[in-house]
Amino acid sequence: MGNYYQEEIECAPLEKIKALQDDLLPKQVRYVWGNVPYYRKKMEEHGVTPDDIQSAADLHKLPFLSKADLKAAYPYGLLAVPLKDCVRIQSTSGTTGKRVIAFYTQSDLDIWEDCCARAICAAGGTNEDVCQVSYGYGLFTGGPGLDGGSHKVGCLTVPTSSGNTERQIMFILDLQATILCCTPSYAAYIGETLKEMGYKPEDIPLKAGIFGAEAWSEEMRRDIEKTLGIKAYDIYGLTEISGPGVAFECSEQKGMHIQEDHFIAEIIDPNTGEVLPEGSQGELVFTSLDKKAFPLIRYRTRDICTLTREKCSCGRTHVRMTKPKGRSDDMLIIRGVNVFPSQIETVLMNNGYAANYQIIVGRVNNTDTFEVKVEMTPDMFTDNVGEVQARRKVLEDGLRAMLGIKAKVTLVAPKSIARSEGKAVRVIDTRKI
Amino acid sequence: MSVNQVSVFLENKAGTLNKLTEVLATNNVNIRALSLAETSEFGIVRMLVNDVFEATNILKENNFVATLTPVLVYAIEDKAGYLNNLLKSFSAADVNIEYMYAFAGRERAYMIFRVNDTKQAEALLNRNGLKSLTQEEISAV
Repeated sequence: MGNYYQEEIECAPLEKIKALQDDLLPKQVRYVWGNVPYYRKKMEEHGVTPDDIQSAADLHKLPFLSKADLKAAYPYGLLAVPLKDCVRIQSTSGTTGKRVIAFYTQSDLDIWEDCCARAICAAGGTNEDVCQVSYGYGLFTGGPGLDGGSHKVGCLTVPTSSGNTERQIMFILDLQATILCCTPSYAAYIGETLKEMGYKPEDIPLKAGIFGAEAWSEEMRRDIEKTLGIKAYDIYGLTEISGPGVAFECSEQKGMHIQEDHFIAEIIDPNTGEVLPEGSQGELVFTSLDKKAFPLIRYRTRDICTLTREKCSCGRTHVRMTKPKGRSDDMLIIRGVNVFPSQIETVLMNNGYAANYQIIVGRVNNTDTFEVKVEMTPDMFTDNVGEVQARRKVLEDGLRAMLGIKAKVTLVAPKSIARSEGKAVRVIDTRKI
Repeated sequence: MSVNQVSVFLENKAGTLNKLTEVLATNNVNIRALSLAETSEFGIVRMLVNDVFEATNILKENNFVATLTPVLVYAIEDKAGYLNNLLKSFSAADVNIEYMYAFAGRERAYMIFRVNDTKQAEALLNRNGLKSLTQEEISAV
């Protein structure tokens, strides 16, 4: 009962993981060379052939893939197997440009679901648990991934999908759900609603939550844990590489273990593409070692984080990544300054507001306008106009201190900011650049 | 006795005040007095209603942020000079008024005051023979 799903590989000595990667990578590169003309051409242009890749140490010789490649190769250009061998697709929301369609063979799905099962076990899940999956089902990887993982662990799986919060709460209470899987913003929303209904943390049967698919802060984690009376675990993944479960947190809650028997992670300098040593902050790059249908090599995630091999007390040996500072898709450049929505969240939570906000960026006379809408809460409201203005000013000062640029804070009515129950609509950027 | 004023946060845009009155109307809450303080982005509605408990519950259910604020209400003759006399008592007792509003009844006029220390102000004014109205008295007006 060690909270592992596949202990032998999850806790394997580093040498064993390295040996596995040394064995798999050259084979995978040869496979992609033979089956994905798009990537073969990139390798040829780069002056590298499969013969140059003898072990994982040669990975840096290979060319990168980026979102632009996925767009150029849409929809079938990176597919490595005939369609008759594919059993499924998943797709991204397409909010930051062209949709990505990822293809899966049955063995790809098995690997993905294994990773999700490992994440559920790491959060303390067993076949005794009732696991409610409130991620969206359908094209989004959240629902199907955790659903498959939950089956593999043997949990009683409650496939509520996202939305219809009253029904979510009914199932949590009536079926005594013990694990909740959804986006952190939806977990916060469910928590808020339960609180409004008069439920205290001890009245709520949940004991753990597995939350991912969007950036969230430590403050938000503490808030959700307090409201729902649970331990909240972060999970990471991306459709391009498979979906949630590429990395996940263990009971230590100090970074997410990357599943290195399936994926090699690198940190690079986002400007030069140079591989950075362990512990450096940079862009996360993934290579899948055993995927069949959609085997991406050196895919640039645009997520900024660091990796560590420090020993983890949970027993897992796989490298850990820090919570990404925000996907660079989420990152805004406002008046030349990098702004991550998670920084704004931190300021709000530190001042006692819920993380219900929306960033509105525009451009007037060649200057960026930067507004943050914040929902008023009962705790922050008084009958005194001057006092409310002063509290608004405190937020503006806090944002300025955090970001180094001035933002205009507008207080808006509760629940007036659109909460798409899959992913929160945090940014409206009307600049035409 | 101070009475409870219901203070409500509203965004300063078309239709928000009407949304508030719609909710109150649907639930049969009667507004006895109302004033509005505004900035360019938001406003605060301050009102006395016939049923404070009902009003706060339905506002919460309808996603309004509302808070209860103690205010002092004094009845005066609806004639020239009476407000002046009342305010003289405030000055004499050194009570600072944050804001005030008023409504006129059939026989008398009613002045609603927000002060920073309600209890102390009430005691000081009471010494001058001024008695503030109770919730019941206002409902009966």
